[in-house]
Amino acid sequence: MHSLGARSPSIARTRTPGEIVAAATPTSQVGRRIVDRAFLGVCIAFTALAVLLLVVLLVSIWQDGHARLSWQFLSSFASRKTEEAGVRAPLWGSIWVCVICAVAALPIGVGTAIYLEEFSKRSRFRSFIQLNIANLAGVPSIVYGILGLTAFARAFGTANSESPITFGEPESFFYLQLPFGHGVLAGGLTLMLVVLPIVIVSSQEALRTVPGSLRTASLALGATQWQTTWNITLPASIPMIMTGGILAMSRAIGEAAPILVLGVPLFIRSTPTNLMSDFTVLPLQIYNWSMRQQSGFHELAAAGIIVLLAVLLTLNALAVIIRHRLQRTNG
Amino acid sequence: MTTPPNAPPPRNLEVKPPMTVGAPAAAAAPVAETEHIAIRAHGLDSWYGSVQALKGISLDIPNCRVTALIGPSGCGKSTFLRWINRMNDPIPGARASGTLKMHGDDLLSRSLDVVELRRRVGMVFQKPNPFTKSIYDNVAFGPRLHRSFRRADLDELVENSLRAAALWDEVKDRLKSSALGLSGGQQQRLCIARAIAVGPEVLLMDEPCSALDPKSTASIEQLIRELETSYTIVIVTHNMQQAARVSDRTAFFFEGTLVECGSTDRIFTNPANKQTEDYVSGRFG
Repeated sequence: MHSLGARSPSIARTRTPGEIVAAATPTSQVGRRIVDRAFLGVCIAFTALAVLLLVVLLVSIWQDGHARLSWQFLSSFASRKTEEAGVRAPLWGSIWVCVICAVAALPIGVGTAIYLEEFSKRSRFRSFIQLNIANLAGVPSIVYGILGLTAFARAFGTANSESPITFGEPESFFYLQLPFGHGVLAGGLTLMLVVLPIVIVSSQEALRTVPGSLRTASLALGATQWQTTWNITLPASIPMIMTGGILAMSRAIGEAAPILVLGVPLFIRSTPTNLMSDFTVLPLQIYNWSMRQQSGFHELAAAGIIVLLAVLLTLNALAVIIRHRLQRTNG
Repeated sequence: MTTPPNAPPPRNLEVKPPMTVGAPAAAAAPVAETEHIAIRAHGLDSWYGSVQALKGISLDIPNCRVTALIGPSGCGKSTFLRWINRMNDPIPGARASGTLKMHGDDLLSRSLDVVELRRRVGMVFQKPNPFTKSIYDNVAFGPRLHRSFRRADLDELVENSLRAAALWDEVKDRLKSSALGLSGGQQQRLCIARAIAVGPEVLLMDEPCSALDPKSTASIEQLIRELETSYTIVIVTHNMQQAARVSDRTAFFFEGTLVECGSTDRIFTNPANKQTEDYVSGRFG
């Protein structure tokens, strides 16, 4: 290898950065511009493709299903006659399990996130939990369905599912039985399992956005860790936590597989009246209709999809509104 | 222990001697007999993991005086400050040995109630860090943590704390509006009011003016001088002129050791140690 000194004996003094830059070969300015433009073009093309697919999907579903949309469709139970069929049972079933899922998943998920972010010390135990939660977020929902079936619907086989232990009158709102069987409570709790990792991870991310200086300020005033969390960290992160929670609920409302595994009846002509009631959900009803031969049921399935999408969009809009509201009052 | 800001702890009523120039003294001059010691460190060592941050610090901090801690970055002055209210506790691997006492209470004791300690020792940080709450709620936050107040008492406490921090006149008409709407200097005075409101004996200030413009800095410095009559103040600063302007005593830290400590005037005009002289005259650091 040639030494620097041997190659350039004429350079007696060190060159300034400007001189070195001036001596170097220029790259093609035109070439750089073209690559820049081309990359932008590729990005726009891919975005357009994604939007196009979505539009095609929405338009085709709308064309298939809009004729079936009516108040009668929303207020009727399923029927063998396509002109009389509706989504009353699955719509109410979806609402029931979604509310149960939210009531169960939000406290547990946010509580876990608070423990992991605010209270636990850096330890192997914490890394272990963290790793497991990250893995659980990727587990297919049907696996949670099996878990829900074992844990909630059958209580690990500890009790006889055929003759459950009952509390209260079956007509009462407070009627309970053990094991839960395939009622809305088992459904809601199974969906809780599905969304819990999502709720935990999104809540953790929300808590991490709160500046450490605010926690320090609170602790320096003599606040306990809990007072700091309750008065400072949670209020500052609640908009993000709520947004994550609602998005998790819209994931839950779209799940069919775990509910299917629970063994819910496919043909239901009633809405839930208590936590043990039989139920079905919108994705299952859509699945059910789309499996039929007659084209009338395919139209019903399309109309059901429109209802499901409307519910999802409403939830997402709610998330946006809540975030804006809370951010304004907090600011 | 439960002194509200409008009835400060017993004041040191002696008139301070005027700043005289050039009276030489011993390198580690003890605090004058007449002055009461608030905080006493003896042979204080501190580590972050295996790195030793403080090496055998022995330092007396007088009651109701301003003590400035100066020295280059990483010299341990902030570490020392944060042991006084145990804000080092959450830092993984931070530990200390030796003696650190405040009015006889062992501050390094495992059984010490840090919540009560932090009520007695307030802290103001480098960057103003008001809560995203109203001005009123920022000041009322600390007191509400420890006691329940009648509305009128809390109003009075908030007003007096804001007055003590020389902020009342600027914010009295907008107590309910967000603290984030205040200027940087006002926010820092709000943080001081917030610290005062819990009735502390000691105020720790970690470079309280380094994020502020000169005008705000001047107002904070004047405030420090006023607060001195009621509170023991320990201030960490990189600004030598500031140390000279606001403090009664100055301690010079270098690489984890206390090089020299004495009256501010002597440290700046006639330091006993060559390193101190180089540092305060700006030749290094």
